[in-house]
Amino acid sequence: MISHAIFFYIFSIIAVVSAIMVTVSKNTVHSVFFLILDFISISCLFIMIGAEFLGMIMLIVYVGAVAVLFLFVVMMLNVAQQKNQWFLSEESSGHIPIGLIISTIIFFELIIVIGGWKYKPDLLDINNISLSNDVSNTHLLGSVLYTDYIHIFQLSGMVLLVAMVGAIVLTFRQRSGVKKQSYIQQISRERSEGVEVVEVKSGEGVKIND
Amino acid sequence: MIDIGLGHYLTLGAVIFTIGVIGIFLNRKNIIVILMSIELILLAVNINLVSFSIYLNDISGQVFTLFILTVAAAEAAIGLAIIVVYYRNSGTIRVEEIDKLKG
Repeated sequence: MISHAIFFYIFSIIAVVSAIMVTVSKNTVHSVFFLILDFISISCLFIMIGAEFLGMIMLIVYVGAVAVLFLFVVMMLNVAQQKNQWFLSEESSGHIPIGLIISTIIFFELIIVIGGWKYKPDLLDINNISLSNDVSNTHLLGSVLYTDYIHIFQLSGMVLLVAMVGAIVLTFRQRSGVKKQSYIQQISRERSEGVEVVEVKSGEGVKIND
Repeated sequence: MIDIGLGHYLTLGAVIFTIGVIGIFLNRKNIIVILMSIELILLAVNINLVSFSIYLNDISGQVFTLFILTVAAAEAAIGLAIIVVYYRNSGTIRVEEIDKLKG
């Protein structure tokens, strides 16, 4: 139980400190970095407590998709202009120390948790609180998710579809002055407006009047 | 103190939830940090659901956590799209300068 306590306090202190840093940090890019650190700490806690599938999914969805989306938008909108054009000036190297520190912490967290979960599963004495010992967490979750909650599962798929279409519709912009191919104009072209048959008298040639 | 139980995880969730709410109110910079605070709040809810699910031996909490994850991803995508459109139209996303609705 002592190792459980040690790991819980390490990860929760990292999570709380990085959550505070998300809200108080001056630079928005640093906030996104600390948000990533927070998500990874919490997913390490999930893996440690026995919810492996949710921990891995949080790594993929939050860190791989949502946080990267935040980073893209922050960099696209140039909202860190309080720090006078940070990605154009020489001060752009100011991100490197914080990025290195956070990525080092993330690396060691992942090594500790996933390595321990794989190679020394009885280090953390949580077998008495996990759901069942013979069936894995993913198997258990799938057996409930695809039977009892199948309609809600498909509804969440619809939510994602609507979100995707909505995001595309919101940010889609029609530009003027860009040459584009118009299929309907190409298909609806008639013979009468395409070619013209001219009676050519011999010895005169064709005179094109323009 | 050494024996980690359900209360520790619930306390962690409450602390992160509070930090998220405070982040919404204290933020005077831009809207993206507010969106990140909302993500923190959803994360705190996920912590609560997963710890209840583990300690009460019921898998349903983790299923709901999965759905919250879905909704959080959709919300982040839509919110960021709205922010991009607003920035394109008005040129700023600072919190105190957004007063089109006269709120």
